[in-house]
Amino acid sequence: MTRALLSRRRFLTSALIGGTGMAVSGCNGLDGLKDTDNRLRSVMASANYLTYRAQRLLIGGDSLAREFSRSEIRQPMRPNGVTSPPDGDYQALASTGFAGYRLSVGGLVAKPTSFGLAALKAMPARTQITRHDCVEGWSCIAEWTGVPLSVVLNAVRPLPSARFVLLRCFDTIEQGLSGAFKYYETIDLVDAFHAQTILAYGMNGAALPIANGAPLRLRVERQLGYKMAKYVRSIDLIDDFSRIEGGKGGYWEDRGYDWYAGI
Amino acid sequence: MPRPRYSPAERPGTRLVHRHSLWTRTTHWTWAVCLFFLLLSGLQIFNAHPVLYVGEQSGFDFDNAVFRIGAEESAGTYRGVTDIFGWRIDTTGLFGFSGSSLFPDFSALPDWAIMPSGQDLATGRIIHFFFAWIFVVTLLVWLIASLANGHLMRDLIPSAQDLKALPRDIADHIRLRFHSGARYNVLQKLSYAIVLLVLMPVMIATGLAMSPGANAAFPFMTDLFGGRQTARTVHFLAMLLLVGFFVVHMAMVLAAGPVKQIRSMLTGRIRVETGKGDEA
Repeated sequence: MTRALLSRRRFLTSALIGGTGMAVSGCNGLDGLKDTDNRLRSVMASANYLTYRAQRLLIGGDSLAREFSRSEIRQPMRPNGVTSPPDGDYQALASTGFAGYRLSVGGLVAKPTSFGLAALKAMPARTQITRHDCVEGWSCIAEWTGVPLSVVLNAVRPLPSARFVLLRCFDTIEQGLSGAFKYYETIDLVDAFHAQTILAYGMNGAALPIANGAPLRLRVERQLGYKMAKYVRSIDLIDDFSRIEGGKGGYWEDRGYDWYAGI
Repeated sequence: MPRPRYSPAERPGTRLVHRHSLWTRTTHWTWAVCLFFLLLSGLQIFNAHPVLYVGEQSGFDFDNAVFRIGAEESAGTYRGVTDIFGWRIDTTGLFGFSGSSLFPDFSALPDWAIMPSGQDLATGRIIHFFFAWIFVVTLLVWLIASLANGHLMRDLIPSAQDLKALPRDIADHIRLRFHSGARYNVLQKLSYAIVLLVLMPVMIATGLAMSPGANAAFPFMTDLFGGRQTARTVHFLAMLLLVGFFVVHMAMVLAAGPVKQIRSMLTGRIRVETGKGDEA
């Protein structure tokens, strides 16, 4: 059967359908999802746990992120987030080239220890050229040198009850009414003991610049950039992060970003 | 001819035939919902960095961008500009800069095109990945069901006979003569097959090629597209093609009788003229 393209009745029907579509896309009814306490949002966000479990199952604990050749470093590493911490204690350390810096490692460990930069640099080192993927969508390839987090953790002997690694940072990223919000992050022990997870003190063959997190930043190469805390001040092994800061396991996580950033 | 139980009314010279299986109908509407949310939340995610590149990384000190939305200021006034392969288009009011001088909006895509409205990457990602999971599972279910019940080979992969009819079918479509029968015509088969077997899988593959976790497990997937940033660009292009399909799909449904078409995708049955479209 062959039909003419439009009759009046059909035109009215299509106008009705089109109008309904526009009303749906124009309405802001779904903007309630912006509230991080929204219940529907929590349901939707649980897909992140599915992603986490699925990726752990499919990827395994040991698979390595792609490493690149030196010729693929085509530009300086793009800094993001805080690039010059305003904090007094940090600036005091920076003014002496971080000579007085000490990384304290504690929490659920048998042997809490603090390490100076020289001690960290004397430990076995790993250098890797990897692609940094920002949650915003861009990527940048750079070379990172540091001590594997596993080496540091083994030195302090984690207790069996430890489940996550908490990294607290020097930098105040936001001034709130109730005080300063300092950056922090948490990762699970699979990523913490991964071969490419390092506490980097070098970048592109030189000392780690302040804009990129000096004196020490985390690299977690199978996740997005916001997991890779800069300006690391202390490390704690913990069994639960629900009572730390906003309870979601990181500064950005407390502001609605997924805890697992492997996607 | 036995009178069908479901027949709403007898109409001489026509009869109701079975057209869409329950699998087809359920997956169709699930995708419709998923793609609506995936599109708008995807555009929210794109807005966080409205530049597309070719290669593994994003050029900040070199230029490998193929598409960029931004704003330009000259003499105190702003205009939105969109660069495509070196061509600059003024998109003030739509992309890059919209609103008024009193209430300027510098977002790449305006609020009405993104979900949620206003910049909110975190929520956009939550919506996107929630529906991405449903979308992927639905495609898998559909694929298995369509292989099992024969839908894929019978209704979507064009036969040699179909391909012979292709020139005539194209000519008919150009003249806006549409055949609405129980079976898909060859252009329908081809467009549905491309959407379901090419565009949707490419969407999923390029999505996974952007995931740093999936990259560690399947590095070849990123290589397949020539790098993570190329995969992001292809993801965007596939989105445009899917939107293009949607527009044509809506036009065809409207042209072929929207009430009849929507009813057939809900009930599975369509009224055709006796002796037409029921050759199988």
